[in-house]
Amino acid sequence: MSVTFLGMPADRPFPRNAARAVRDSQLRFNLRKATGTIRARRAGVVAEAPDWAELREAGKAIKEHTLRNLDRYLVQLEEAVTAAGGRVHWAAGAAEANRIVADLVKATGETEVVKVKSMATQEIGLNEALLEHGITAYETDLAELIVQLGDDRPSHILVPAIHRNRAEIREVFAEHMSGWGRPAPDDLTDDPAALAEAARLHLRERFLKTKVAISGANFAIAETGTMVVLESEGNGRMCLTLPRTLISVVGIEKVLPSWRDLEVFLQLLPRSSTGERMNPYTSMWTGAAEGQEFHLVLLDNGRTGVLADEVGRQALRCIRCSACLNVCPVYERTGGHAYGSVYPGPIGAILTPQLRGMGSELDRSLPYASSLCGACYEVCPVAIDIPSVLVDLRSRARHSWPERAGMAAAGWVFERQGRLAALQRAGGRLRRFVPRRLPGPLGRWTDTRDLPEVPRESFRDWWDRTDGGRR
Amino acid sequence: MRVALFVTCVNDTLFPDTGRAVVRLLRRLGVEADFPHAQTCCGQMHANTGYRDEAVRLAKRGVAALRGYDAVVVPSGSCAAMIREQYPRLAGPRGPFADAVARVVPRTYELTEFLVDVLGVTDVGAYFPHRVTYHPTCHSLRGLHLGDRPLTLLRAVKGLELVPLPGAEECCGFGGTFALKNADVSAAMCADKARAVLGTGAEVLCAADNSCLMHIGGMLGRQKSGVRVMHLAEILCATETAGVR
Repeated sequence: MSVTFLGMPADRPFPRNAARAVRDSQLRFNLRKATGTIRARRAGVVAEAPDWAELREAGKAIKEHTLRNLDRYLVQLEEAVTAAGGRVHWAAGAAEANRIVADLVKATGETEVVKVKSMATQEIGLNEALLEHGITAYETDLAELIVQLGDDRPSHILVPAIHRNRAEIREVFAEHMSGWGRPAPDDLTDDPAALAEAARLHLRERFLKTKVAISGANFAIAETGTMVVLESEGNGRMCLTLPRTLISVVGIEKVLPSWRDLEVFLQLLPRSSTGERMNPYTSMWTGAAEGQEFHLVLLDNGRTGVLADEVGRQALRCIRCSACLNVCPVYERTGGHAYGSVYPGPIGAILTPQLRGMGSELDRSLPYASSLCGACYEVCPVAIDIPSVLVDLRSRARHSWPERAGMAAAGWVFERQGRLAALQRAGGRLRRFVPRRLPGPLGRWTDTRDLPEVPRESFRDWWDRTDGGRR
Repeated sequence: MRVALFVTCVNDTLFPDTGRAVVRLLRRLGVEADFPHAQTCCGQMHANTGYRDEAVRLAKRGVAALRGYDAVVVPSGSCAAMIREQYPRLAGPRGPFADAVARVVPRTYELTEFLVDVLGVTDVGAYFPHRVTYHPTCHSLRGLHLGDRPLTLLRAVKGLELVPLPGAEECCGFGGTFALKNADVSAAMCADKARAVLGTGAEVLCAADNSCLMHIGGMLGRQKSGVRVMHLAEILCATETAGVR
């Protein structure tokens, strides 16, 4: 089986990427400020929803039910979309999905497409694949535009340019907008309103002349064949309504059984992701509008394999809100690039190794990119128990031999209380000789932290000597 | 009521003062705790690092050592959470191990739970005239949902000035082997936590977990900050006559 592609090269293990990231003080400042702001906003709008716990439970239950009956709902979705005048294509992997989309675009005779922000197309590396066919894809989400113009990589699910501050964005616009279309004004400042206006003018021209659009979908309703996209800027709405051909690449786990289910998710998603009660734009379309063509590409790309895993399958409940990223203390200090996947943060740490397998050093290191603090589980709107999945993945990872030896030795000691007591006594006698800096991998502790003083007497020896303090 | 102290391997080996404090505190409150000698380690390090088989062996040992007691008191949020959350998963639905786990789990209490919920005490008669801040460790907070219990107990301590810790709910970056495997991120998290602690002007940082305190205290010590870390039990054990130890 070929390795599932997830839109990014996976060469170095997480700890090495992370070590570099934590030393980037500008990055840490940007991330701290941005995640802190979204985190507080989310906490506010979640706290004011009196039935949040019930909504979360409902979201989890609907997704669980759907995933258990995915085969049935996908066929129902296909029938409904086809009946409404759309065409459905099935793609097993990234390459197949890219080929389908490229062929569809080529059939229109166009060489330019506009894109609605979409994780699925990032995941399959669609833009790069289209370029090989002479087709240029233009990102229209403001943050994706910043990433594309800067020849950068997204580092967050919701806010792909979260690692950039406004001064950096001004530079990107001033330098690169002209290469992609309408240039930025000469007197561009880093005032957010000025930056937004420059992007607006740049994108308006693009919307008006492009005939093909590519999107993903937040939800796909099996009952009616309706696609649903939630966004903040209205740029997605432009892409979804203006062009003549619309192609939507949607992961198979995005299906929901019925229209009614949106009641739950249209509350869960905006509050969890942008920290809003309701997102500004919710676009829904069913099949093809008159004079338009609509294609739905249903993407597997490793998802069926995840579905087969009893513990890990809950990752497929994810609605890509990114609340787990915003609350994660590890993500806050490393940023998204360290995760080597378009899915960073806690959800990425369980999704990427499941989709891509644990063949590479990076993918084996991802389940360890967490202190298991549990903040991600607490905020997840569909109650994915990320720490438990991390632990389960760790138990399937290949471990290095020094670690295996260390763990085996510790296990051997703990298997008999006599062995533990003997070790404690030896430690008590040799306590003066414990070095300030430990050798080998243990030195990673003493690089920044003192060791605790080894006591003269263990608790169990004290207990025996004093009869539990009674003597 | 037959009460067992599950002291945890970290306290047994490195922080015996905490174990002694629990024994004395409970005795003052009229509870004679037993120390089942067969106990060693709950298996959390093995389980969370991906060594499931070793963790199962240690969990089996653990429940065998603790069976037959009406209550098991654990002076560690993370070890109590290990028993309560992970043991049932390690044991599976059926079999003698699962039965033993099913008996021990509902009787397992983190120290502050035992004091507040089982003994119904919030004022343990302690005296500790110092400025103290409290760090709710992740497993106490999000695993066990200890909530206000530790703070309620601390507020009742005579002479103690409790100061809030900014960003208290954020992880200190210990995470067991995480501190070694992702040492740079762990240290960055710890540095932020240490800065927050120093900002409170507290003389003492306390928590319900010595492993997290060993981490934060290790950095506070390296920085020669003068801030002392202490397990909650040692503060609750301190009285006007007995002093801290």
